[in-house]
Amino acid sequence: MSFLPETGPRRLPLRGYAVCMAGICWREALRFLNQRGRFLSALVRPLVWLFIFAAGFRSVLGVSIIPPYDTYILYEVYVAPGLIAMIQLFNGLQSSLSMVYDREVGAMRILLVSPYPRWFLLLSKLVAGICVSLLQVYAFLAIAWFWEVEAPPVGYLTILPALLLSGLMLGAMGLLMSSLFRQLENFASVMNFVIFPMFFTSSALYPLWKVQESSLPLYYLCRFNPFTYAVELIRFALYGQFDPISALVVAACAAVFLIAAIIAYDPSAGLMGRRGGPDAAK
Amino acid sequence: MTRRTTLSAGLALAGLLVALEAAPALADGRAFVSNERDHTVSVVDLTSMTLIETIKTGRRPRGITASPDGKLIYLCASDDNRVEVYDAQTFKLVKTLRSGPDPELFVLAPSGNPLYIANEDDNMVTAVNVENNELVAEIPVGVEPEGMGVSPDGRYLVNTSETTNMAHVIDTKTNEVVENVLVDSRPRYAQFNHDGKQLWVSSEVGGTVAVIDPANWKIIKKISFAIPGVNKDAIQPVGIRITKDGSKAFIALGPANRVAVVDTRTLEVEKYLLVGQRVWQLAFSPDEKLLISTNGNSNDISVIDVASEKVTKSIAVGRLPWGVVVVP
Repeated sequence: MSFLPETGPRRLPLRGYAVCMAGICWREALRFLNQRGRFLSALVRPLVWLFIFAAGFRSVLGVSIIPPYDTYILYEVYVAPGLIAMIQLFNGLQSSLSMVYDREVGAMRILLVSPYPRWFLLLSKLVAGICVSLLQVYAFLAIAWFWEVEAPPVGYLTILPALLLSGLMLGAMGLLMSSLFRQLENFASVMNFVIFPMFFTSSALYPLWKVQESSLPLYYLCRFNPFTYAVELIRFALYGQFDPISALVVAACAAVFLIAAIIAYDPSAGLMGRRGGPDAAK
Repeated sequence: MTRRTTLSAGLALAGLLVALEAAPALADGRAFVSNERDHTVSVVDLTSMTLIETIKTGRRPRGITASPDGKLIYLCASDDNRVEVYDAQTFKLVKTLRSGPDPELFVLAPSGNPLYIANEDDNMVTAVNVENNELVAEIPVGVEPEGMGVSPDGRYLVNTSETTNMAHVIDTKTNEVVENVLVDSRPRYAQFNHDGKQLWVSSEVGGTVAVIDPANWKIIKKISFAIPGVNKDAIQPVGIRITKDGSKAFIALGPANRVAVVDTRTLEVEKYLLVGQRVWQLAFSPDEKLLISTNGNSNDISVIDVASEKVTKSIAVGRLPWGVVVVP
């Protein structure tokens, strides 16, 4: 105890923080690239929606003009930002939930003994997850481009900050869930109770005015769903525009989820503890 | 230092974004759009892409064109049986011209005079001197005349009659019909290319565009259209525009909500561009950078970037927009 200077961890250089974050990101990227199945499924999932679901709803005669679109569009074009958000939703939950295992047996155990504060380690883990989602999103956009889902060139750049923000929100949400709930290791239940409801009650698949026309309660559900704002933030950013309300909602949700996750994340009360391990009695 | 580097990198990125943002292709010009149901003409500024004026006109305005110098706008007020002439700068009515009954579409001789008007109810083409409003000629043609085209040298006038399904070729020297070309059902529009070596005639119900050789008035090819997922009946070609360099033709396809882009060398359709509902007539901006389409059922016009063949914007105008002309 006395070997360490008292203020040791607080005086860690900024450079050290950067190295730490880069290391975690690099590890996550390597892990992602080595798991080809994961990459493929992350790509195939939105493409199936784009090629098959959107084809059925093609609306050959054009979707009415709503901002940020300046003219008539096909349904494929409308649904693309929603699918991008879906990529991030899956990725955010998947990478956060993988920490449930990591915490017990994997690298997270080792990571958490590092001198860096826990909030920073968790944030680094989130950023690593976002970086992976960026790879997936840009791969999707590249394929969608050949499917005539073309954004203005500047949109491919302006979408980046939107993706970072929405990725942070969805990743933090996953992190919070992995901290709070006991049985989240079952991904199928997450799909049923989180991913699908969030995805369907949003503006990802249909414009909100259309939802409002068919069901008012559903419209309010969509309005209160943070995922709707992530979708709209991405949609506007893809066309080089900024939607302040969406940005505000997403940023606020991201902050709330992140702070709650950091508070709730207690490695000593991990799976082992909950399942009657050495700390169970506490 | 790290912070400063991050800040400057951030500023550089923001600067780049702003620079990239301010890059859309602009074209000068104002589009005059006749709104059949509103009895108005909407004036849209093509630099700011906004509606700047709505002019009250005679009843049921349809055909619209401009004098060669772009200073005057000619408009068919179909239900008032007259042609109205507006100042393109002040938007004031300058004068009215006789037109014969129910004028629908017209074409101005390349010299700017006379004006040839199709009288839909009267089976006539009326030629009017725009200077003194005198009747130059009345030429009997087929039933329900509509489309009007004139060769670049002004020698031949072509009228299409919707019910007779013919393109009638009129010699402007004698004002006599010299040739009749049978085309597909309900021909709507006739357009010569800029060197006068091809005449394009669209058939709304037939769903085709006939390309005719004016040397012998024979059909070179009939262009037909197919859009995946769109019912064939909905493909109704109407307005036609051909670029000055003669490389591309644009054809409005009515309720298919598409403008077809045709390679004029191969006479094959290259692409279909999604625009508003029931696209009717087309007009280029003076520099031919933009093409404007009137979308009757969605009450707007769509702006097409000619070089990239992309629809960039749709702008709301009055009800049932029909014709369009763009002046500098």
